[in-house]
Amino acid sequence: MNPLKKHEFLEKNSFVLLIAIIVTILIGGIIEIIPLFRAETVIEPVKGVRPYTPLELAGYNIYIREGCYNCHSQQIRPLRDEVERYGHYSLAAESMYDHPFQWGSKRTGPDLARVGKKYSDEWHVAHMMDPRSVVPESIMPSYRFLMNRGLKMHDLPQHLEALALVGVPYTDEMIKNAKQDALRQATGEPRANTSALLERYGENVAARDFDGQPNLVSEMDALVAYLQMLGTLVDFNLTKEVEAELNQPKPENTPVQQEVTP
Amino acid sequence: MAMPAFDKTEYNYDIVKFFTLATCFWGVVGMLVGLVIALQMAFPQLNFEPYLTFGRLRPLHTSGVVFAFGGNALFATSYYIIQRTCRTRLWGDKWASFTFWGYQAFIVMAALGYVLGVTQGKEYAEPEWYADLWLTIVWVAYLIVFMMTIIKRKEPHLYVANWFFLAFIITVAVLHLGNNLNVPVDLLSAKSYSLPSGVQSAMIQWWYGHNAVGFFLTAGFLGMMYYFIPKRAERPVYSYRLSIVHFWSLIFIYIWAGPHHLHYTALPDWAQTLGMTFSIMLWMPSWGGMINGMMTLSGAWHKLRKDPVLQFMIVSLAFYGMSTFEGPLMSIRAVNALSHYTDWTIGHVHSGALGWVGFITFGCLYYLVPKLWNRDEVYSLKLVSIHLWVATLGIVLYITAMWISGIMQGLMWRSYNEMGFLNYSFVETVAAMHPYYLIRSLGGLLYLSGAVLMCYNFYRTIRGDVAKNEVDKEGQPRQAVTQVYASQPVHVS
Repeated sequence: MNPLKKHEFLEKNSFVLLIAIIVTILIGGIIEIIPLFRAETVIEPVKGVRPYTPLELAGYNIYIREGCYNCHSQQIRPLRDEVERYGHYSLAAESMYDHPFQWGSKRTGPDLARVGKKYSDEWHVAHMMDPRSVVPESIMPSYRFLMNRGLKMHDLPQHLEALALVGVPYTDEMIKNAKQDALRQATGEPRANTSALLERYGENVAARDFDGQPNLVSEMDALVAYLQMLGTLVDFNLTKEVEAELNQPKPENTPVQQEVTP
Repeated sequence: MAMPAFDKTEYNYDIVKFFTLATCFWGVVGMLVGLVIALQMAFPQLNFEPYLTFGRLRPLHTSGVVFAFGGNALFATSYYIIQRTCRTRLWGDKWASFTFWGYQAFIVMAALGYVLGVTQGKEYAEPEWYADLWLTIVWVAYLIVFMMTIIKRKEPHLYVANWFFLAFIITVAVLHLGNNLNVPVDLLSAKSYSLPSGVQSAMIQWWYGHNAVGFFLTAGFLGMMYYFIPKRAERPVYSYRLSIVHFWSLIFIYIWAGPHHLHYTALPDWAQTLGMTFSIMLWMPSWGGMINGMMTLSGAWHKLRKDPVLQFMIVSLAFYGMSTFEGPLMSIRAVNALSHYTDWTIGHVHSGALGWVGFITFGCLYYLVPKLWNRDEVYSLKLVSIHLWVATLGIVLYITAMWISGIMQGLMWRSYNEMGFLNYSFVETVAAMHPYYLIRSLGGLLYLSGAVLMCYNFYRTIRGDVAKNEVDKEGQPRQAVTQVYASQPVHVS
């Protein structure tokens, strides 16, 4: 009878009950979440990972705006069929500049974590214009309007500033030149114009006319630029040795590691 | 229990009425959008860019049924129950009506945002920063109204239903704040970026996401269960001791279960394992609650035969038991490797949402509406019975279709031929889903039809009509309220 008598106290003192509830529900969250902010124990350092260029960031924002995450995941699990279908399993570092993450929870369409460079720009544009023209069984909506809609570039510096505030290492120079960088990446030519962009973001940035409309920087340019860089930052040939070292006592759920041929 | 006389006309029923009507309205809207997106998956031509594509409408559906339908139902029932069990009028009429209009404004704000492409890109937490701030204000007002009513209660004990409501209100506040720490691009811009990124944002999102289910769709609705089932069955709750164990173990364990949404991802293994372990443990408090609800019918099982309202409540508990068994099963890593990313998850959510949340809400509303509008019973109990069977058939079609399509797709993805190559391209697995998407749409249509039937029943109830051949508990023909008014003075009962 004793514990029940004690509980009666809570039932008669609502503020004590309220505080007891708060304490009870905080425990699990604190234990699971706080340790993750010791990033060095969670995110293995991987060479090649960089923040999005302004154009790619605009593409990432279109991806979110259209709710692509409702049907596409960006997280390849270390399971045999997934690494064969999509490529090397996803690393924590690869989404470290996604505010928020776009791992998704449903694959109505295929995983997109490593879709970059798998298809041509022309394929992506045709697919967005009319998915069933290239994949007859597809149930994806069409996104023709992206082709005609000019990309909003004037506020890109503010976007980079906000991201710098939450920890993405954008420099003042990157912020200042965000609009120009987006413009140059979406046109690509002449080569001289993009050298500053490549200097800032790295040699692996693809700068070209993604949507095939040289006279317009469209939302399609941004989205295709984003899709074409997804999962391409890490060169798994280079990191193989590093990974093997870091993973010395190997967790049992990553048995596929050796089988992966990037 | 001896009760001092309390004039029931002093209760604030108006606010409960408003929330009840809003529940019916948003329920039909949210389910209709659900049917539309189900059809879009079967017939992609039904996507109309840019505003009405699946990607923009799916958050409209989930927010519509969870926050608009479920949220209004929680407001209505919590405001009703807290008054009845504290035997006092709801505190602060103006505050309460602010929570009503404020909450509807939040829903409209969020819904408009989705269609226009304003979203945070996190499931069930799509509203952008300005809507989140507004909701915070409304929610604090809700907590104040609720707590102030508790403070001025005339009943020393706080009834178990209110513990659950309190846990629901405070935990949702904590989750909402924790998962929406964002930096707006500009005070005039709808766009914002979340403070955490990658792994951390994933963990926080699913801590939020899973407990939106745990506290919004479970704890709050268990509060409804603990009040309305004993009321309708006219029996006390089966076990007081079990209520205590149920309450504390449920709210303690639920919070840990989030990482089971992130099995085999880049989230550290220890967190995944914790999530799985606590998800399996969660089975026990869930079934404890189900048993406490069902066994409340001890000595009153005969009522279940004739009363479709009670049937709604008990069937909801059966679905609750089923989906809270399925959940722990799916949280096991090996099972999750198959089920994750497939329709199995969608089926699981809907057996909980349609079966548990929907049915307990329908049952409570069928009890509540006649009470609020001072009728002896709804317009037609026969229609309630038809609603029950139409909706049950809808759920069965829905979840069996999703089980088959989900497990089939999961198996197709990992199927190898004898040469050691993957057997199916991705799009072949998409094509294989088509018949099941049709069956699912039919299930959704049936469920929606049931809800429309309920609204019609309420419309006639509020008008004071009584269907032909309806009898009261004594087997006497029931009379329309207008005739009662004509013959005798009205007694508030």
